[in-house]
Amino acid sequence: MTHRIVILGGGTGGTLTANRLRKVYDRADAEITVVDQDDRHVYQPGLLFVPFGLTHNEDIIRSRSRQLHDGITSRQCPIDHVDLAANEVHLTDTSVLPYDVLVVATGTRLAPEETDGLLEAWNHTAFTFYTPEGAAALEQAITAFDGGRIVINVVDMPIKCPVAPLEFCFMADWHFQERGIRDRVQLTFVTPLDGAFTKPVAAAQLGGMLEEKGVELVTEFNTGEIDTERKVLVSFDGREEPYDLAVVIPVHMGAEYVGRSEGLGDAMDFVPTDRRTLQSKAAPNVFAIGDATDVPTSKAGSVTHFEGEVLVENIEHFLAGEPLVEGYDGHANCFIETGFHKALLIDFNYETEPLPGHFPAKAGLPLLKDSRLNHLGKLMFQWFYWHALLPGRDIPGIGVTMPTSGKEFSRPA
Amino acid sequence: MATTTVTTPAGATSVELTDDGFFVDPSIWTEEMVPELAAREGIDPVTDGHWQVIRFMRKEYLEKGTGPSVRALGKTSGVNVKELYQLFPKGPAKIAARIAGIPKPKGCV
Repeated sequence: MTHRIVILGGGTGGTLTANRLRKVYDRADAEITVVDQDDRHVYQPGLLFVPFGLTHNEDIIRSRSRQLHDGITSRQCPIDHVDLAANEVHLTDTSVLPYDVLVVATGTRLAPEETDGLLEAWNHTAFTFYTPEGAAALEQAITAFDGGRIVINVVDMPIKCPVAPLEFCFMADWHFQERGIRDRVQLTFVTPLDGAFTKPVAAAQLGGMLEEKGVELVTEFNTGEIDTERKVLVSFDGREEPYDLAVVIPVHMGAEYVGRSEGLGDAMDFVPTDRRTLQSKAAPNVFAIGDATDVPTSKAGSVTHFEGEVLVENIEHFLAGEPLVEGYDGHANCFIETGFHKALLIDFNYETEPLPGHFPAKAGLPLLKDSRLNHLGKLMFQWFYWHALLPGRDIPGIGVTMPTSGKEFSRPA
Repeated sequence: MATTTVTTPAGATSVELTDDGFFVDPSIWTEEMVPELAAREGIDPVTDGHWQVIRFMRKEYLEKGTGPSVRALGKTSGVNVKELYQLFPKGPAKIAARIAGIPKPKGCV
């Protein structure tokens, strides 16, 4: 019998899942279809560098379908909804894709409409670097900026790559120093969290780095409104942060069709998913990967990569009628660009917060400490992304589960 | 970890709280504790609006194992985000979770 596997989304998760499945199943055993609304695969970590002119959109965007191996069907069409009871995906061109296994890999969408005034301010006084168009518009704004107050604001959690707004602060500090006008630029990081980051040890370290670099930190600020006339952010509890240029990371939600699919998503259109098996809670033959899920770890490419191996194994188990493995431990691994050709590396999972030490073992890259080696690692990663991660190859020495050997577990408070 | 005593008409109960003020054991919570827990968060009196949110948080926690984030609360509780902040100015999800005797919402990672 030929299994029909439909994968919604041709980004990091959808692509690597399709390619891994294609290696596992002969064509006679499985038909694999990937659906996406467009053919632009964005290397999202690259977006951070666009506003500073260090890379360009054309260097970080490739064809989605060309990342898929032979024998995978690619459909380019928006999704209307999933009918869980009928095991069917309905596309907006009225075609219907029946499935035996469905993989939801449609990531997140930005929801600036969730914040009053943000759409009016968009690309006039408030910018984002979370889309290629936004990052390009922000590059122009930064180039033209010659002094004043830049506010970097995270509206709400969760967001993709939760360290990216901090990296933006570090990069901006470096950029304005290079231009010789750092003394005329005030940088302020405004977050709804009670510290610079979500995990205590890393929050303290990153908070310290903000201070060193002269970036003001405003915490527990829940942005309710952006007043583009007065150029102020207004919090729900009435506090105000004035700005000359606002860099805003808007509310993130799951894909819109998830909201139109009875029983598939939660209030924010994310898919409730078992955090260890990656089976959705919506139906046993529906799985989810990457940013589209509600699992409590970072929304990041490394997470998606580590999840991919477990996901594919569990799809095989499911189709064979075998029990699933509880194989995913929440492992995440992020390079944090700190400017001046340096970067920091953090590595953590559901149970262990980012700790100092070395990765993946004692002789490896320094953790929670900036170094040139980490910066090179971050640059090299773009090659790995297109040539190893998306094709579904395992990266030697870096496994699904979080390594513990190089980490300093006990540390004086 | 800290222990506190919550007094209700039914008597005094010893409650263990986490460092940031959430119930360690949500099962010892009762609705009678709400007025005192709310007063400690600066909320007095507890209005129908507060009750709606507190009961909703409790129900969500019992069904899903975690309390909702503010934004999810705004979409599902029948009280919008702006009104939530009017009811719980210091942070609806966090404060309502403390009063509802449930763990800190896991919204942020």
